[in-house]
Amino acid sequence: MKIFFLIVLITITLLIVVYLYRVMRGPTVFDRVLGLNGISTKAIILLVVIGTVYGRVDMFVDISTGYALINLVGSLAIAKYLEERRELANDAD
Amino acid sequence: MIFSFEIPLLILLLLTAAGAIIVKDLISAVLILGSYSFVLALVWAWLGAVDVAFVEAVVGAGLATVFFLLTLFNASPKDTEIRRQPVPFIAFLGLPMLGLLLLFAAEDLPEFSDPKSPASVHVSPEYLEQSYQKTDTENVVTSVLMDYRGFDTLIETAVIFTAGIACALLLRRDSK
Repeated sequence: MKIFFLIVLITITLLIVVYLYRVMRGPTVFDRVLGLNGISTKAIILLVVIGTVYGRVDMFVDISTGYALINLVGSLAIAKYLEERRELANDAD
Repeated sequence: MIFSFEIPLLILLLLTAAGAIIVKDLISAVLILGSYSFVLALVWAWLGAVDVAFVEAVVGAGLATVFFLLTLFNASPKDTEIRRQPVPFIAFLGLPMLGLLLLFAAEDLPEFSDPKSPASVHVSPEYLEQSYQKTDTENVVTSVLMDYRGFDTLIETAVIFTAGIACALLLRRDSK
C-alpha cells in the first residue's frame, strides 16, 4: 500500500511540472494565475498524501485546509489587482 | 524513509527560483514566487517540519503574494517592468565559487535526524525531561516559547506589531 501512495506522490509531482510550464511560459497573466491555482490544488492533495504516508493524516488535513483558505485570499488579491489596473488603464485613455 | 521524495521537490524548487529571476515582468515573478513557496512548504512537510510548512504556506504563498501585489499596485506602471543590467564578470566567477565553498562546508553538518547532533544534546533533553516540573505547561513547545524564551517572544511580538502598524499606515487608501 505504501508503494501505491509513493507512486501517487510521483505522479502528482509530474502534474505540478505541467502546471509549472504554464506558469513560466504563459503568454498572459491569466494563464499564470490559473497555473498557480492548479499548482495549489495539487499541493493540497500532495500534503494529504504525505500525511497518509506518514500515518498522521489528521494533522496534515489541518494544514491543507489552511493552504486552501490562504490560496483563496491570494487569488482574490490577484483578481482585485488586475481589475483595478484595468480601471487605471481605462482612465488613462 | 529510504525513498527520497525531496529530490524531485528540490528540482522543482530550483526551477521555480530560476523562473522568478528570468521572467520579464514583475507580476509574473510574484506569481512564480508563490509557486516557489508552495513547493518549499511541500519540502518542509516531507521532512516532517509540519509547523514550518504551515508558516511557509500562509506567509510565503499567501501574505507575501498579497503584499507584493499591493506594492505593485501603488507603484507606477513603468516601475513594474524589469530592466536588466549586464551581469558583471566577477559575479560569474565569484558566485559559483561561493556556492562550492558552501557545499564543501555543508559536508560538516550533522546527518539528518542524528541523535548526537549538537542541537539535540545541548538543551533539548533538559527541556523534554524537566519542562513540566519547572513550568507546569503540558505542551513542551509552548513552555519553551512562553517560559524559557519569554523575552524573545515578547520582543518578537513587538516587532510584528510595529510592522503591522507600518503596513496599515502605508496602505491607507485616503492618504492622498
